[in-house]
Amino acid sequence: MRALARLVARADGRGGTVLVELHSETPLLLRQTPTDDGVATVHLVGGAAGPIAGDDLRLEIEVGPDAAVRVHTVAASIALPGRPGAVSRMAVRAEVQAGATLHWLPEQLVAAAGCAHLAESRIGLAAGASLRWRDELICGRYGEAPGGAVVHTQVDYAGRPLLRQSLAVGPQAPGWAGPAVLDGAPATGSLLVVDPSRPAEPAYVRSDVTAARLPLAGGPATLWTATAPDAHTLRAHLTG
Amino acid sequence: MATPSLLLLLADGRFPAGAHAHSGGLEAAVAAGRVTDLVSLEAFLAGRLATAGLVGAAFAAAAHRVAVDGAVDAAESADAVGSTARTGMLARSAVRSCTLAQLDVELDARTASPTLRTISRRQGRALLRAGRAIWPDAPFGDLPATSDGVHQPLVLGQLCAAAGLSRVETATVAAYGTVTGAASAGVRLLGLDPYQVQALLVGLAEACDGTAADAAQAADDPPERLPAAAAPLADIHAEIHATWEVRLFAS
Repeated sequence: MRALARLVARADGRGGTVLVELHSETPLLLRQTPTDDGVATVHLVGGAAGPIAGDDLRLEIEVGPDAAVRVHTVAASIALPGRPGAVSRMAVRAEVQAGATLHWLPEQLVAAAGCAHLAESRIGLAAGASLRWRDELICGRYGEAPGGAVVHTQVDYAGRPLLRQSLAVGPQAPGWAGPAVLDGAPATGSLLVVDPSRPAEPAYVRSDVTAARLPLAGGPATLWTATAPDAHTLRAHLTG
Repeated sequence: MATPSLLLLLADGRFPAGAHAHSGGLEAAVAAGRVTDLVSLEAFLAGRLATAGLVGAAFAAAAHRVAVDGAVDAAESADAVGSTARTGMLARSAVRSCTLAQLDVELDARTASPTLRTISRRQGRALLRAGRAIWPDAPFGDLPATSDGVHQPLVLGQLCAAAGLSRVETATVAAYGTVTGAASAGVRLLGLDPYQVQALLVGLAEACDGTAADAAQAADDPPERLPAAAAPLADIHAEIHATWEVRLFAS
C-alpha cells in the first residue's frame, strides 16, 4: 500500500489550536479526539494490518507558530514480511515553528520475524519550538526473533543538527543483540524532550544500567534512552 | 601515495595518542556482567564495529575527503571566478574549514552521551598534538577551533591525509582502532588468553574491512547523510563509567 497523510495545525489566537488540514489515506487514518487542555489531539488509526513489506507510508506534520499538537496511535504497529526482497517504509516528516509544541507519543513498533522495515523520522524545529518524541521498538513478537528493522531519527533545532540516530536490529545488523548494543533486551526506545524554557538536565543512569538521561549538544534537549525486558518496563523508563 | 609502513604506523596502538588508555566501553560492559568470556567479547566487538566503528570510520573518511578532494573542488570554483593564487588558497581553506565544522556538529548529533562527546574530543586533542608535531606543515588549522578539542575521527582523517593514506586506508585505520583497543582491554579486564583474543580479531578482519569500505563510500554523501548507527548500551555504559571513582580505563 502507498499512502500520504497530512496534518497541519495553527494557533487559533485564543490559546488553542485548530487543525486546518487533516488528510487521511488508508491505512493512515487521522482522527481528532477531544481534549480540554488546548492541545489538538489526534489519534492515528491503522486502517490495515502491517506495515507489510512493500508498503510505503508517509505522514507529514506541520505545527504553526504557538500551536500545540499531540499525536497518539491506538495500537502497536506490527511490521510484517511481504513479497521477497520488499521493504516496508514509514516516513514521518514534522516541522514545528517557534513557540509551537509537538508531542509524538505513538504505541510501539513491533518487528515481526521476517520483516524488512524502515521507520524514518525527520523533524525540523525552529528556535523556540518544543518537542516530545518517543520511539519504542519491540524486537519480535513473543518468543520470536525479529526480522530486519531500522529506526532512523533525524532532528534539527534552529538549523543545527540536534540528533541523528539509526538503530538497526535483525539478521542484517551485526552484534545488535550483543552486549555493545542491546544485550538481548527485546525492547528498546528513546524519548527526546526539547524544551527551550528549561535547562537540559544533567546525565543520569539507572542503577541497573538499562536506561540513561543524556543532555544533547545541539540545543535545549535531553534524550532518554533505554533497553528493557518488555514493552511495559520500557514505557516506564520513557515517560520523562 | 603512502608507504605500507605509514599505514602500519598510524594503525599501531603505540602511536602516541593515548588510545591504550581507553576500553571502548568494555570496562563498563564487563562490570555490568554483560561481557564475561570470549563469546560475549566477540559479540561486543561485532556490535561496536557495526555502530561506533562505522560512524567513526565514515567521519574519518569524510574529513580525509575534505583534506584531499575539498581542496580540488574549491580550487576549481576559485579559478572559475578568476581569482589570484592567494585568494584561491584562502577560499580553499575557508571551504575546508566550513565542511569540517559541519562534520563536527554532525558527529555531536550522533553522540547522545555527553561523556562520549567529551572523550572523543579529548582523544582528538591528543591526536592533534601528535599530528602537529609529526606533520608540522599539514593544514590542521582548517579544523574547528573548539576549546574542548575536535572529535577524534576528524583529526584522524586529517592526519591520515597528511600521511598520504587513501580514503579507504583512513577508514580502515579508524574501524580497526575501534575493535583492537577494546579487544586488548578484554585481555586485561577478563584475564582472557591473548592468543584466543587475537584469533577473535583475525576472525573479525573481514568485517572490519567491509565496514571500512562502507564508510569510505558513505563519505561521498553530504555530512547530514553520513551513517548514524546507534547503540543504546554504548551511551548507557559510558555514563555509568563516568560516575565511577576508580577505574582502569579512561572510557
